Amino acid sequence: MVSASEVAEAMYKMVKESMGQKKLKPTDLTKAMLEIYEGRVDKATCKAAIKELVNGGKCVYTYFGGSYLEIPHREGAAND
Amino acid sequence: MAGATYKTPKLDELEKGPWPSFVKEIKMAARRSPMANDLLGQLEKSYTEKIGYWKHGGIVGVMGYGGGVIGRYSQLPEEFPGVSHFHTIRVNQPAGWFYTSKALRGICDMWEKRGSGLTNMHGSTGDIVLLGTVTDQLEPIFAELTATGFDLGGSGSDVRTPSCCCGKARCEWACYDTMAVCYDFTMSFQDELHRPAFPYKYKFKFAGCPNDCVASVARSDMSFIGTWRDDIKVNAEEVKKYVDGGLDIINNVVLNCPGKCMKWDGKKLEIDNDSCRHCMHCINVMPKALAPGDDRGACILIGSKAPIVEGALLSSVLIPFIKMEPPYTEIKEIIERIWDLWCEEGKARERVGEFIQRVGMGNFLEAIEVEPLAEMVAHPRENPYVFYEDYFEEGDEDEDEEEEEG
Ligand code: SF4
Ligand code: SF4
Repeated sequence: MVSASEVAEAMYKMVKESMGQKKLKPTDLTKAMLEIYEGRVDKATCKAAIKELVNGGKCVYTYFGGSYLEIPHREGAAND
Repeated sequence: MAGATYKTPKLDELEKGPWPSFVKEIKMAARRSPMANDLLGQLEKSYTEKIGYWKHGGIVGVMGYGGGVIGRYSQLPEEFPGVSHFHTIRVNQPAGWFYTSKALRGICDMWEKRGSGLTNMHGSTGDIVLLGTVTDQLEPIFAELTATGFDLGGSGSDVRTPSCCCGKARCEWACYDTMAVCYDFTMSFQDELHRPAFPYKYKFKFAGCPNDCVASVARSDMSFIGTWRDDIKVNAEEVKKYVDGGLDIINNVVLNCPGKCMKWDGKKLEIDNDSCRHCMHCINVMPKALAPGDDRGACILIGSKAPIVEGALLSSVLIPFIKMEPPYTEIKEIIERIWDLWCEEGKARERVGEFIQRVGMGNFLEAIEVEPLAEMVAHPRENPYVFYEDYFEEGDEDEDEEEEEG
């Protein structure tokens, strides 16, 4: 089985690459990981990987009609 | 500061009349809070110009959590600097909304120090809603709340803060311990509450009896409504007292029974319990004479919602009767199966009720491995997608085809 940390890295890469083009939901990332690591990753590992990313501050949850995972950044709407 | 500094003729109209007024409350808060004062100013401008001057902030929150904070910024920060940031915080309320005055004072003191001082007790999901703070205060607020035993509630595509009626704590009609289940579910689904991973929100509401004081049938994706499966308990002497005391039992009780299952012959009340719809009407009218039976549990319903992306829905029966006993393993397994399916197949911002409408109740039940039952059908023949395979014998289909061909 693949470790949660390795899955977290792969997820982080996906989020980073799609930044500015498409917002990714946690389910999008989980589905992608299940496909990439066919049979070697389960949903629980994906859940743990997301937890690792968020608790470590590498990703944050955002809400724009639905909830997404993004790299922390200053949002356009923010006032100083 | 001296008090509200804006002239607010439009908002002042909303102070008139005998009912409580949010304008009055904001004005009171404005005596101490520049944020509340600028809120009055911006709101008056919005009413005058018919434009809402708020921007949505989608990224603010506290470390590790994906819900509980709703970001808001003013579009006019130079004109109304007090509401440049005006984030809302949802705090998970205690089950049944029981507080000590000390706990409430603690929240209010913290909020006057770190926010606008304005609260909404409570939001429609049930949370304590703290209105208006700035980004830099979010972590300190979270730290103070958690130090006193509170936690943030849900927001976004997650399990929203579960809520329940006061149940057995105060109400004799409670058919199960609503507060115990609500607390258990809140603790069991912490991950799902704080880490949004669903297509959209998912609400649990627990009502102890069919009076449904938390409006679960209309306002939750999964409603747990207390009910009983034996006979209504009748105290004949008390029935007589109601009648002797002037109750028009025929017009007020018997003729209002939706099951048409009550008879009054002038001396004795009879109930055909097999036809009872468990609506609580007769029990509400004669609380000393009638009571729910002793074999109590809950009916689980699924799919209601208020109108947001699409129109409003009421819940449909999923499990007609289940004993509500900890650790609620069977129920939690069904919930996990529903979430697995909905996360796999649901569209973004599709509530579970809308999802069921799209895929069909029959397919949904099959996928979550729940047997279709007659109680799930609101009206005869309303749902043509539930098939009772037991009614068909092998060869029936061939015969049908032959008949059609012939
Ligand atoms: S829903 Fe029923 S049990 Fe709960 S408070 Fe209302 S009347 Fe009582
Ligand atoms: S609970 Fe409702 S349906 Fe049942 S007997 Fe009373 S009034 Fe009739």
